[in-house]
Amino acid sequence: MMILQTERLSIAFGGVRAIDGVNVAIASGQVFSIIGPNGSGKTTLLNLISGIYTPQDGSIRLNGETVTGRAPDQLARLGLSRTFQNLQIFSRMSVLENVMVGRHRHERTGIFADLMHWPSVKRQNAATREAAREALARVGLADAAERPAGSLAYGALKRLEIARALASEPKVLLLDEPAAGCNPVETQDVDQVIRSLVKDGITVVLVEHDMRLVMNISDRVHVLARGTTLAEGTPEQVRSNAEVVEAYLGIHGSREAAHALD
Amino acid sequence: MAELLQFVFSGLTVGAIYALVALGFTLIYNASDIINFAQGEFVMLGGMTTVFAAAAGVPLPLAALIAVIVTTAIGLALHRFAIEPARGASPVVLIMITIGASVFLRGVAQIVFDKRFHSLPPLIGADPIRLGGATILPQSLVVLAGATVIVVLLWLFIERTLLGKAVIATAANRLAARLIGVNTRRIVDFSFAVSAAIGAVAGILVTPIALTSYDVGTLLALKGFAAAMLGGIGSPLGAVVGGLAIGMIEALCAGFISSSYKDAAAFLIILIVLVAMPQGLFGRAKVERV
Amino acid sequence: MSLRALLHMRLLPVIAVAALVLVLPLFFPSAYYFRIGALVFIFALAVVGLNLLMGFAGQVSLGHAGFVGIGAYAVAIGPVHLGVPPWLCLFLGAVVSGALAFAVGRPILKLKGHYLAVATLGFGLLVAIVLTNEAGWTGGPDGMNVPALTLFGWRVRGSDVWYWIAGATFVGGFLFALNLMDSPTGRALQAIHDSEIAARVLGIDVARKKLTVFIVSAVYASLAGSYLALFNGLVTPDLAGFLGSIELVAMVVLGGMGSIFGSLVGATVLVVLPQVLTVFHDYEQALLGLIVMVFMIFLRRGIVPSLAAMIAGRRT
Repeated sequence: MMILQTERLSIAFGGVRAIDGVNVAIASGQVFSIIGPNGSGKTTLLNLISGIYTPQDGSIRLNGETVTGRAPDQLARLGLSRTFQNLQIFSRMSVLENVMVGRHRHERTGIFADLMHWPSVKRQNAATREAAREALARVGLADAAERPAGSLAYGALKRLEIARALASEPKVLLLDEPAAGCNPVETQDVDQVIRSLVKDGITVVLVEHDMRLVMNISDRVHVLARGTTLAEGTPEQVRSNAEVVEAYLGIHGSREAAHALD
Repeated sequence: MAELLQFVFSGLTVGAIYALVALGFTLIYNASDIINFAQGEFVMLGGMTTVFAAAAGVPLPLAALIAVIVTTAIGLALHRFAIEPARGASPVVLIMITIGASVFLRGVAQIVFDKRFHSLPPLIGADPIRLGGATILPQSLVVLAGATVIVVLLWLFIERTLLGKAVIATAANRLAARLIGVNTRRIVDFSFAVSAAIGAVAGILVTPIALTSYDVGTLLALKGFAAAMLGGIGSPLGAVVGGLAIGMIEALCAGFISSSYKDAAAFLIILIVLVAMPQGLFGRAKVERV
Repeated sequence: MSLRALLHMRLLPVIAVAALVLVLPLFFPSAYYFRIGALVFIFALAVVGLNLLMGFAGQVSLGHAGFVGIGAYAVAIGPVHLGVPPWLCLFLGAVVSGALAFAVGRPILKLKGHYLAVATLGFGLLVAIVLTNEAGWTGGPDGMNVPALTLFGWRVRGSDVWYWIAGATFVGGFLFALNLMDSPTGRALQAIHDSEIAARVLGIDVARKKLTVFIVSAVYASLAGSYLALFNGLVTPDLAGFLGSIELVAMVVLGGMGSIFGSLVGATVLVVLPQVLTVFHDYEQALLGLIVMVFMIFLRRGIVPSLAAMIAGRRT
């Protein structure tokens, strides 16, 4: 069952066709990776799918429903969530509070109730706090709950964003370069987290440069170059595709990818 | 018809002042992305300083010159002591600083000068000139001529001199300008100084018609800002067109609708422009990238 | 026990402030101080509302005095021209302010940074202009008298009475603000302040939340304005003017953006100072401008957060 599909998706910024006629079809429960050289449009594609950009052409379907042009918060309510390449942490809030915000779409809220702080609000706060702690535990950040979010190390912040996205109980999770800037140990942590997400039936769409991670974890890989699809297939197919090797992986990268699959 | 012409004359006159204030906004905004709310105070300082210097016995031309120099210095000081230390702060903080500066300058003017209205003798005579059934004050012509001269000089400067090119470069991309050796700090200094000077001259020119007092700055700044927004913030042509437009709309509103609500016209325009077309008439819509 | 302790901690600031309100009069040498106290709590109420908007949600309003003015004139126009009793006008003023905040807020809250600032500025000025011009209703630039509030036949007059009313209302407003912060709406607002895009992606309807807090802050301001009018017995249009809005923002900035307790501090400083330095009146504007500049340049966080950071720094 295709949980997320795009058809002929296109957007241009002032004459530059950032994404041009891209079709993806992502099956439920998969890890689907999008790779490609810098400037190939990976983040733009994610931004299109998550509603931050509105496509100028083409369509997006989530769970069979056409959602082209819907706003991010509407998509969130349909079970789509994402992390950001450039980290959009709520730095003024604590680690736990960051993840609590992730629970927002499951909370019932009204201005009068919130101003009055009725017992129902108190109970909901407690439930939210609990669910947030669980999400933190899943990414290994349970101990950091009370610390200000801004005080965390870079790798930890990446996992915090994942925890926050997790708290919203998504069906589809878009991860924008979760391993970028991470050392090998942190990347391993990310790998483990993603595997545990998949076990829970979450579909993961991954944009990444780290070939070992991509090749290790993906069910399917989609290669973008200059805004269009260069290739798509299983990790083995992609890494041995001559065009992909030339445009992106290079001989060395291809060998690295091969090692990852051993 | 004569009535309409009368409104057009007064609208153009006051519009020319708004245009100069708007031009000052635009200069500073282009060089530094800052909205300088103290812009109106420059106009006030130009007029008031001239009045008080002349009253102290200084010959009028010299008093005017002193006023322009003092105001320019204050503009520079504003940048160096109030804006520069806060460089990198969010736009809202910077606006608050310039608002604080505006209130501060007003407060100081209140103490150093006084709270009364003052005038200056007109440049070429006080007898109204009849033109097409309406009358126009000679000073209005002086204002219009002066504004035109300033705009032309500014245009020549930007287009024809190296420093002018440096200003454009800074406006287009601060970092890139620095990388090619432009001292962007001096450029912003310069933009503040020139804005202050323009404001001061505008104040001196318009005082014979509209009088001046310690608190004329606020309303002028707001209307000048409305003009800049209407024309498209960042566009010098827009500033001039916007200024004249607001002046005209105000005059027509005062004439045909209600004179007590004429001030409201500018603020209503601000709201409408911001909501309906934030980039104004000549500005460029910004593409926000995540 | 731990749940009790948590609750105790959460409401501690409110209890502290309530205690302050109760205990302060013991130190008042004369009735005059009741007046100052009343004014402080009235302004602090408006400032708490503005702080919710500016400090927590991160949205600027340079026209908030407009709502103060609406609340103030509501309790003047209602009884004088429409025969509506003052206590009802208090609520009606808040309703009108809220409705106006809704109508104006919807389009302008989409704006960012300085555009929003200027839009709110324009709004505040328009309110002041209308109040000045519609002399038939408002008494024009000289303002109008405000009939005293009567509750159950008893005339509410006197600095000490208003001290208690303003103090109690402030404690209530303080409590509500604190409640809001510890709620989904409050968390959403703080999230919006830090990263609007992340907030949206998590399902937060940003436009609606901003509008909500804008309306809440308008109601706080309106209430404060009504109290001010009833207390002083007189309203003038400059209540709603530009300088009034700047004073409110200065109080927020001084006390600390995002610090509800700071709202009290900011209000105290800017209400007490003119009273203490009677010569201050001529220097009032200059000093106000200077304070805003200095704080925005050097002490952006405001008094209370800076003090808190200093104390926290000493502990570690």
